[in-house]
Amino acid sequence: MTNWNMLTLVGEDRPGIVAGVTDALYRRQWNLGEASMIRLGGNFTIMMMVSGDGDLYAELKQVAVDMKLRIHVDPIVGMLHQHVAPNIQVRVAGADRAGIVAQVTGALAEAGFNILELESDVAGLRDKPVYIMNIQGYSEAPVESLRDAVAPLVAQGMDVDVSPIETMVG
Amino acid sequence: MAALEILTIPDERLKQESLAVERFDDELRSFIADLEETRQHGPAAVGIAAPQVGRFQRIVIVDVSNTRKPVPNHGYMVLVNPEITHWDGYEIGREGCLSVPDYTGNVIRATHIRLKAQNPDGETLEYEMEGFEARAVQHEIDHLDGMLFIDRVVSRRTDLFQRKVYQKGKGKKGKSN
Repeated sequence: MTNWNMLTLVGEDRPGIVAGVTDALYRRQWNLGEASMIRLGGNFTIMMMVSGDGDLYAELKQVAVDMKLRIHVDPIVGMLHQHVAPNIQVRVAGADRAGIVAQVTGALAEAGFNILELESDVAGLRDKPVYIMNIQGYSEAPVESLRDAVAPLVAQGMDVDVSPIETMVG
Repeated sequence: MAALEILTIPDERLKQESLAVERFDDELRSFIADLEETRQHGPAAVGIAAPQVGRFQRIVIVDVSNTRKPVPNHGYMVLVNPEITHWDGYEIGREGCLSVPDYTGNVIRATHIRLKAQNPDGETLEYEMEGFEARAVQHEIDHLDGMLFIDRVVSRRTDLFQRKVYQKGKGKKGKSN
């Protein structure tokens, strides 16, 4: 039985964070699983499955100090090889205002849509910010019923595009 | 007929370049029947290439006539010594592969292609195709050159911006591949 943890690291972005962290883990014989690492608003964020034995806080203490990172660890049940391929993509764009994510994802959840991945950015200009969101997920319900679910938001002027994803396997 | 064993990564043989078919004989046609049986045997694949079963010859099979939502297609195609002669447009779409279990990713492919190939009897074929079918053919021909889709995966963020531009440019809403 593999002993998995979800390791979260956050800090101001700078070169060498990934190399520094993964090298420290490798030297202490930790094993890495699936990970998401991305720059958000000038911060670098890491969420990474790691397995092994020992105290992750202690073993990453030095690199955390060097790279000015904050660390958080949660024991998890790590399930590999259980990917769900998304069959629906939702793209949202609109003038940035409160409630966009809540309203879109609320309508989708009620229609039975499960989010597998969501990325959002604040784009546009400083005085004219635009919120752009790209969601990939899985739904048993057909694309039409998801479009119906977000139709009231589209009527309010939000740009919400729901499209099927047909994964080409060859 | 028999389903053949599929090579999966990190098998180095998947990087091998395949050679042109020169002999169009019963042995070739028998292999193609096995290759098609292999395609149908596993998870729903719309295409397969000979090197995926360890035969390094330029042979692919593509059939996208059975997708969830119908797409333009030429039905079941056996393409021997295929060659793309013209590319147009590009689009990002999600791909998976029999040789890359439990992984899918986004890949940029031409939206329209023209193609020359031979059939299992050595006769010349020409096709013009688009969208999902063109994507499948490009994916399979990559196998003949020792390329996998994971060599071409792009990030979702790339998708977001490029697709948006494409949509606005063409004035199409809700288009998918």
